[in-house]
Amino acid sequence: MNAHIAPESSQAGSTQVGPVLVVDGLVKDFDGRVVLNGLNFTLAPGQSTALIGANGSGKSTLLKCLIRLIEPTAGQIKMLGRDVCALNTRDLRSFRAQVGIVWQRHNLVPRLSVLSNVIHGVQARMSGPRAWFQALAPAEVRAEAMACLDRVGLSDRAGARVDSLSGGQQQRVAIARMLMQRPAFILADEPDASLDPQTGEEVMALLLSLVRENGLSLLMISHRLEHTLEFSDRILGLAQGRIALDLPTAQADAAGLRRFFDHQEPA
Amino acid sequence: MTTPTVPTTLAPPPRFSHRSIPEYVGILLVLGLVISCLMATAPALDKLSRGIARLFAPSGMLMQMFPPDFSRIVPIGWKLLETLQMAVAGCFLGLILAIPFAILATDRLSPHPLLRQVARAVIALFRTVPDLVWAIIFIIIVGLGPAAGVMAIMVDKIGFAGRFFAEAMEETDVGPQDALRAIGASRLGTIVSAVFPACLPSFTATSLFALEKSVRGSAALGLVGAGGIGVDLKVAFDLFNYDEALAIILLMLVLVIAVEQGSGWIRKKLI
Ligand SMILES: Nc1ncnc2c1ncn2[C@@H]1O[C@H](COP(=O)(O)OP(=O)(O)O)[C@@H](O)[C@H]1O
Ligand SMILES: [Mg+2]
Repeated sequence: MNAHIAPESSQAGSTQVGPVLVVDGLVKDFDGRVVLNGLNFTLAPGQSTALIGANGSGKSTLLKCLIRLIEPTAGQIKMLGRDVCALNTRDLRSFRAQVGIVWQRHNLVPRLSVLSNVIHGVQARMSGPRAWFQALAPAEVRAEAMACLDRVGLSDRAGARVDSLSGGQQQRVAIARMLMQRPAFILADEPDASLDPQTGEEVMALLLSLVRENGLSLLMISHRLEHTLEFSDRILGLAQGRIALDLPTAQADAAGLRRFFDHQEPA
Repeated sequence: MTTPTVPTTLAPPPRFSHRSIPEYVGILLVLGLVISCLMATAPALDKLSRGIARLFAPSGMLMQMFPPDFSRIVPIGWKLLETLQMAVAGCFLGLILAIPFAILATDRLSPHPLLRQVARAVIALFRTVPDLVWAIIFIIIVGLGPAAGVMAIMVDKIGFAGRFFAEAMEETDVGPQDALRAIGASRLGTIVSAVFPACLPSFTATSLFALEKSVRGSAALGLVGAGGIGVDLKVAFDLFNYDEALAIILLMLVLVIAVEQGSGWIRKKLI
């Protein structure tokens, strides 16, 4: 299924008016155990979509399939105008460069400065020593990294060692590194999971502001009901390997969503 | 066995647990092997006592060693410097070359499983063959002198550091590496910008141990003609200049202790 069958997939151009993501019949099984059983959905650009579902329902698997960190078993994925399943190794790299990912853990490189970690994001489009350490980076890369840090409110900590920051600050540095990629689409896998409620909320608000102010598209997994309701435009619920719920957040009510969460939030 | 008469305290278990016949046979076999090895190679007691007596006789080695003769301290000092230079040069080259070997030997960073097997085999070979044997091999290749010693130290250090570098890289957190791979970073970029910084303390400690090991090892390399102070020691023994031999041994000791102290101090500062 990775054959080159993508005549129209090459760079749809910069004017993206169509959907930013089309998933068609996506199936994933691990050695015969079906986790995703034929998913279909379409995301419009400039929106924040929350993906919810009980533990082990396949949310992370879906996210990883979208950029082929896990190879889908069957189905079609079209993201940012590209036929993802048809990309060869080189095109896959250039495609992934456009997709920013925020993980549950910040995954920053310890012992390096905040600025060096943000500059690592430029490795999406630039290779060699100038993308490895801040000391070797060209002036314009350093300036862009400072702008990204400014966007997350941490430009004053650029010179600090990244392991000296708090958990919430580290997650914001990870978001700055992701912005350094100049992504068009952001995937976030429980970016608030390892943070306390207050800082988790700040991180979610920051991600939503990237959608509202910078026009990025966001697909995020959240395990907190109130974050789902507060920071999304649309909610997709995953159950038994299928999309079991799909509705605008404005029409959602907390009671109807509870079955997609493992634990109930205290009121 | 329960003892109904003493309900509160149980009898202790037997001193020796019961063994089966095959186990007794095994123990006897091992004992027999060890004893036969001792008989074949260990020195006979009478021979040993006669040797020790000779050592302490007025004309014996130990008596001849004292007082140590430092009259040739200047040439010996220069040879000691050469020994240190060999150690530093060989260690430096070995550490540099150990990095690519270590990368190729790791599960996650090696580009191909076949390459990984080859790198692991080379590292194991370099580590297993003693540096004196490498010195003899390199004497055949580049001739007598310090160059052969440097090559021997280098190969030994590739084996030593290659293994520990690889272990450090295997043990480091994979999250940052995976995150960079996921955005399309190259393998080299991932290694240099995510793996190396995380491994720096461990790499430094390994490098300092390698330097200590090199200095200790380089003193012996001269015995087979691969440069350094070892050859002077051998000549002193061959000419029965035991007092000069002791002087050389003491100076070697000073050098080794100085390097160990220095590297220990740096290690403490860095970690
Ligand atoms: N690499 C894998 N190999 C086998 N099974 C996996 C793998 N990754 C995930 N799974 C299984 O797929 C299911 C969904 O996992 P995941 O996507 O992580 O769930 P979620 O993120 O919704 O909690 C789980 O049952 C998990 O055990
Ligand atoms: Mg998950």
